[in-house]
Amino acid sequence: MGAKPRLGVFKFSSCDGCQLSLLDCEDELLAIVGAIDIAYFPEATRADDTGHYDIALVEGSVTTLHEAKIIHSIRERSTRLITIGACATSGGIQALKNGADVAEFISAVYAHPDYIATLDSATPIKDHVPVDYELRGCPIAKHQLIELIAATLAGRWPRTPPHATCMECKRAGHVCVMVAQGTPCLGPVTHAGCGALCPGYARGCYGCFGPKENANTAALAARLAEDGATGRDIRRLFSTYNANAPAFRQEAQRHG
Amino acid sequence: MSGSGDPARVVIDANGIDTLIAILAKRGYEVLGPVRRDGAIVHEPIASTDDLPRGWIDEQRGGHYRLKQEGDAYFAYTVGPSSWKRVLHPPRQPLWRSEIRDGEVAIEAASVDTQRRALIGVRACELAAIAVQDRVFLEGPYQDRHYAARRAGLFIVAVNCGRAVETCFCVSMDTGPEARAGFDIALTEIANGRFVATAGSDDGAARLAELPTRPAEPSELDAAAAAIETAAGQMTRTLETEGLPDLLTSNPDHPRWDDVAQRCLNCANCTMVCPTCFCTDVEEVNDLDGGGAARVQQWASCFTTDFTYLHGGGAVRDSVRSRYRQWMTHKLATWHDQFGTSGCVGCGRCIAWCPVGIDITEEAAAMRGARGGG
Repeated sequence: MGAKPRLGVFKFSSCDGCQLSLLDCEDELLAIVGAIDIAYFPEATRADDTGHYDIALVEGSVTTLHEAKIIHSIRERSTRLITIGACATSGGIQALKNGADVAEFISAVYAHPDYIATLDSATPIKDHVPVDYELRGCPIAKHQLIELIAATLAGRWPRTPPHATCMECKRAGHVCVMVAQGTPCLGPVTHAGCGALCPGYARGCYGCFGPKENANTAALAARLAEDGATGRDIRRLFSTYNANAPAFRQEAQRHG
Repeated sequence: MSGSGDPARVVIDANGIDTLIAILAKRGYEVLGPVRRDGAIVHEPIASTDDLPRGWIDEQRGGHYRLKQEGDAYFAYTVGPSSWKRVLHPPRQPLWRSEIRDGEVAIEAASVDTQRRALIGVRACELAAIAVQDRVFLEGPYQDRHYAARRAGLFIVAVNCGRAVETCFCVSMDTGPEARAGFDIALTEIANGRFVATAGSDDGAARLAELPTRPAEPSELDAAAAAIETAAGQMTRTLETEGLPDLLTSNPDHPRWDDVAQRCLNCANCTMVCPTCFCTDVEEVNDLDGGGAARVQQWASCFTTDFTYLHGGGAVRDSVRSRYRQWMTHKLATWHDQFGTSGCVGCGRCIAWCPVGIDITEEAAAMRGARGGG
């Protein structure tokens, strides 16, 4: 077997939760460390960012001018650049500022607005550089991260199916919260990966993994409206962690 | 039939069913039955009739399922979201594992599940669904050894329906509401926690003989027949099956496919809850250290693009229109060519558990140009 692949973990505008999913691997962590060389990971090691990476995991959105520049350097030095989480793949919750009055937000939130240097929008990494693979989620699912690493080591394409969360929900044996309780749920339009965590606790899906393939958001919104949801309710449902993902953003815009 | 009733039909009460559950458990069966959980009736291990959803009934229509309390019957609910497919053909099934030992790849098949199970409360439509899956998994050129092992260990206690909901259409599929075959014991609930019981197999007869029963009175047989007639009479939804396969296969460009594609979420719920949908795919699970790997089979759905993805060519059925058409045409038309039967048993799960309430009977009627559904 050749040298271990060199891994870098990079943070942009984000909460660090997706990076922590790597440390969360606990039982598998020793095997991961045995199989790959974690060369740069500020959450876990002191090493500096130097040289070439076989795999770069990028968390967070591009929200500052500095980030918009540094992502190009990381891309140039990485064989595979993989975005992890809702911020890196769609812009994250901070993309709620896109199209709004950012100066007003800053003055409302910060005591010294003049200390804040930010772009007017939060954008996914793929808007700036080519991305080889993306892991969805807010945060990403540990089992998908392990699958990504295992598949990369085995030399095959990772398996992170883009179908509806409903398939995971039904396989898990959860009772549909929408049909049996009338709870609004984004499961039918949301990318699988979390294992239908919220419906398993009798909550509707919040759409943390963003739009699934062929997401028919209009049909779901029509159904929610029949059940009494207002335009504002529907807009808010689609405007959370993946507010800037095109399918969700467009559906939110259709409701006001 | 003599004046003292039909000796093959006996009356049993809840204590008798408790005895049956105890006998089956003692004989090594895991006893599964209906329980109320998270607002629905699902199948889980039960220890006695105390676990059954007595006094609970369901209301169902397109995209809607609710439980409510009414009466004191044990089995007045109809069918819930989980079919017995979950037991016989589970969502995830390991197939094999491979290891590299001394430079050689060694493959070990996953062992089959030999646990014997007793299913309590299987409805006529569900017996029909099991018969359909038997054809798929056992009667073709290839047998599914995992299904075969689970199937061989079953003891089935059927329950004849005394009530139907809006989504039921077993009468038009000729599968119910009375269980005709494929059970060990069949029960029809009459009143006050009493049941008319009949054996459908030698095993069933032997177990029934061990229980406290008495021959059914003619009035009790009448009550049992009336209960089944009530269920049949309550069924308003129909699927006109005459000429249906030809209708579907000769209309691949019918505008109705575009219409349903507008409404369909392609979420795959219909295929997950369908008691006959059998499609699976396999995923590879690699060990992080060393060359070990496992193949795991899991429920798949023709509503995903991955399902028809061909290496180098993308998805064959990349539109929602083509995927709904595939599902419905297979279920109601080409299933006949493949397995000599319809793939639909009229349980109505795909209607109730579709989040937007798409109704296969209404779609079929629309293709025919008639007003559909119930």
